[in-house]
Amino acid sequence: MCLDQVKAGEEVVIKKIPDSMAKTQFIRFGIGEGSTVICHSKIPFGPVVLRKNHQEIAIGRELARKIVVERKSNGK
Amino acid sequence: MASNGTTIKTTHGGHCHSGTLALDLPKDCEKIVLVGNPNVGKSVFFNYFSGLYVDVSNYPGTTIEISQARYGDNAIIDTPGIYGVSSFNDEEKVARDIILSADKVVNVVDAVHLERDLFLTLQLIDMGLPLVVALNFMDEAEEQRLKIDVDLLSDLLGVPVVPTIAVKKAGLAEVEKALSEAREGRQDPFLHKKLHEMLSRVGSQPEALMVLEGDPYVAARHGVSPGLDREEIYVRRRERVNDIVSHVVIQEVTVSDTIRQKLGKLVLSPVAGLPILALILYGLYEFVGVFVAQIVVGITEKTIMQGHWEPFIRSVIEPIVSQKTSIGTILIGEFGILTMTVTYLLGLLLPLVLAFYLALAVMEDSGYLPRLATLVDRMLSSIGLNGRAVVPLILGFGCVTMATITTRLLGTEREKTIATAILQWAIPCSAQLAVITVLLAAIGGPYILLYAGFIFLVLVAVGTILSKSLPGESSPLLIDLPPLRLPRLGNVIRKAFTRAYGFMKEATPWFFVGALVVSVMQVTGMLNAWANLWAPVTTGWLKLPKEAATAFVMGLVRRDFGAAGLYAMHLTAAQTVVALVTITLFVPCIASLMILFKERGLKQAIPIWLGSWVLAFGLGGILAQILI
Repeated sequence: MCLDQVKAGEEVVIKKIPDSMAKTQFIRFGIGEGSTVICHSKIPFGPVVLRKNHQEIAIGRELARKIVVERKSNGK
Repeated sequence: MASNGTTIKTTHGGHCHSGTLALDLPKDCEKIVLVGNPNVGKSVFFNYFSGLYVDVSNYPGTTIEISQARYGDNAIIDTPGIYGVSSFNDEEKVARDIILSADKVVNVVDAVHLERDLFLTLQLIDMGLPLVVALNFMDEAEEQRLKIDVDLLSDLLGVPVVPTIAVKKAGLAEVEKALSEAREGRQDPFLHKKLHEMLSRVGSQPEALMVLEGDPYVAARHGVSPGLDREEIYVRRRERVNDIVSHVVIQEVTVSDTIRQKLGKLVLSPVAGLPILALILYGLYEFVGVFVAQIVVGITEKTIMQGHWEPFIRSVIEPIVSQKTSIGTILIGEFGILTMTVTYLLGLLLPLVLAFYLALAVMEDSGYLPRLATLVDRMLSSIGLNGRAVVPLILGFGCVTMATITTRLLGTEREKTIATAILQWAIPCSAQLAVITVLLAAIGGPYILLYAGFIFLVLVAVGTILSKSLPGESSPLLIDLPPLRLPRLGNVIRKAFTRAYGFMKEATPWFFVGALVVSVMQVTGMLNAWANLWAPVTTGWLKLPKEAATAFVMGLVRRDFGAAGLYAMHLTAAQTVVALVTITLFVPCIASLMILFKERGLKQAIPIWLGSWVLAFGLGGILAQILI
């Protein structure tokens, strides 16, 4: 599934970030393919906010639609 | 080494090659450069090191201000906050060039966000720069129950690491002491061979790394092709950071969210987010729109400038050149460059620009601005912009000229064009807004809604059409949300004053040019000729009195003049709405026009400028046919 389908509070693993520019920026913020993140909040029809440890990142909905994630099977 | 900012050197033997910045430095000086992610408290370090004499100037070719100062016999230079060294935007390019010229780097990192911040640290280490790391916000790390093994971090990085709480001045002296121990850290062995190869072609390790990471600008400077391995290098660096963090940082106990984190969540929640946004916008309006625009400007413009300055300057000039002569009119007449222009700049524009920059700095330093950008991203993406464009759009209500300059922070040329066009066409600036409000208040509720609704509709339509018709794609929102913090007054004031000064410096000459043009037109009778020329359009199509054309030509110079020119006319309610819509959509002031040409170039500026004529008279006329 893709990042835009994740619900607030869910924990997911980032599988693929197709956009190279976005991928670079994600890596700098501390999130790469394989990272586990929590969906912090979702603006209705708007950006998805992710949280990893103490880091929060807002991602526009269009970009979120392209990022492949996988629900963490047995979330902590 | 002691901080010795007050020593004034009188020798001019040689100059330190400090990029292209103009600070007079001795030849053998060392350049100490402060580097860090945004919001890590870098400015506190700069202020500690810099002492009294700080030189703040725009980096050549940009509006990015760089602060630098003497530090003993050496120089200390601040850089814009960045997440990594590369050329993705103007701030990064400026930071990159300063870093490339550095002799030593003080890298400020946020102890709570080591995973993010150490990426830049390792990049600086891979560049082979002598480094000291200041581990800031140790108090916040403690609050989050994060335990950081500072000695191990120092071992793993191979450079001195000093824990600090900068706002409480804790650890700053230790950072200063550690400067003499600044050294190259432990570099990625994998990179070593590649760097070595590139080194022989470009001559310096920092530049060699930039080329390997595919920086097109640095590569071009050395006539080599940029490397293609950025992603591989970045992924490896990320893995090294994660490895270091996993060894160094221990989350002692999971703490429940602090009040600040709860608040951070609240402002983004669908239920509370919008009411909070409304409250903040209302506060902004009360501060800028009511307190500053009415009360403060009432004092500065009416009492001080028109009450004291203008009579004074007239009494000085009058005996030499009479106001009745042409030159007198140009100097001290109604639109005189010594009367109206000076009043306008100091009495009206300066307080407003300062107020807007103060408000912006509070929103920035508190961490609300990126959250605001997140909230409005959806709305702005429908007109081809992303959430970050909220900054120029809000500033536009203060001064369109100031806002046009800030469109530089947008990600792509396409977004800059769209934002500039919207600003130039559909956003009334505060000076104009004040006059519009008075005129609208006189004709009452339904007409206010009609005016506001119509302008908003135009804004959305224009944005949508541009977004659909311009080639390319807008950049998506992808931003870091820093923790909410109480802004520090000193920082907010310093930031606002620096920016207001930079803006006034850039815009002032153009206001004088504009005033001169109108004065000359008035003296030569061109103003009247203009009104007659446009009479068919004003009376026939817009159904307004002939004199309204004078208002439009005045609108060319200063937007509020256009609106103020309507005061004296006896207009019906419907005519007022038509006139205000026309004047709002009409070309912005001459200073704004000059900045438009400078920022967007002739090819875009001319269509945008002419477009506002078409929009204003076209839509104003259509409205007139319906209403009148």
